[in-house]
Amino acid sequence: MIIGLSHFLVVSAILFGLGLLTVATRRNAVAILMGVELILNAAALNFVAFSHYVEGAVTGMVFALFIIVLAAAEAAIALAIVLAIFRHFHSIDANDVSTLKD
Amino acid sequence: MSAFNPGAFFFYLLAGVTVISAAGVALARNILYSAFALLGTLAGVAGLYLFLGADFLGVAQLLIYIGGILVLILFAVLLTNRIGEVRISNVSSGLIVGAPPAVAVMALCVRVALRTPWPLTEAVPAPTTARLGEAFLQELLLPFEFVSLVLLMALVGAMVIARRAAKEKGVR
Repeated sequence: MIIGLSHFLVVSAILFGLGLLTVATRRNAVAILMGVELILNAAALNFVAFSHYVEGAVTGMVFALFIIVLAAAEAAIALAIVLAIFRHFHSIDANDVSTLKD
Repeated sequence: MSAFNPGAFFFYLLAGVTVISAAGVALARNILYSAFALLGTLAGVAGLYLFLGADFLGVAQLLIYIGGILVLILFAVLLTNRIGEVRISNVSSGLIVGAPPAVAVMALCVRVALRTPWPLTEAVPAPTTARLGEAFLQELLLPFEFVSLVLLMALVGAMVIARRAAKEKGVR
């Protein structure tokens, strides 16, 4: 049995669905961030699979590298915000942090 | 399936590790377990990159995601949770409402992936690092520089946000 493009696309689709489930159902802000990381990984895996099986060059890998770098930046900013919210509200439950004004 | 196929075996091993750990991230009761399951997912995706012949990308995934982002997430988990109260640390709300849309999107993606006649080419296995470097320093130089700018802004921004919070609190 030859491993082809569709195998990778199915793995990536499952990863994306689980990430979506995490983002939709978690209430902890850090857990929501983990779901975003799952979704970004699924997208990057798609790019690399298409780059290998369809394009045959490195452009898809370049996109995946950009995704990794931007995910790092996003994680740093988001966790700084999470820490600030925790110091202010003493909770990072997304339901508790719903006031727009003191 | 007559002879043992090492390629298929390794693919299914990596895919299994990735998908099962991702399910752990989505469904684990304790957020610390979720964070450690994310380790399995990221490592599995790095293995899949290596399987696809993207050597530089697989190592970069290991270094940046597992060495950087995952440690950052673990820091945040440990700083913002009282781990003692395990039961309420990672509540999933509305699994019954949230699961059907996620499953529907997943099924749609799988259907598109299996039904579409993709224009396949025969990929030549070759080292990618040199080609990536040429791509970044020639045709993609402008996005490359923009990304460095974005990283600098993210670094400064994260420091400013975290420090302002510490100042309000009166720490230091």
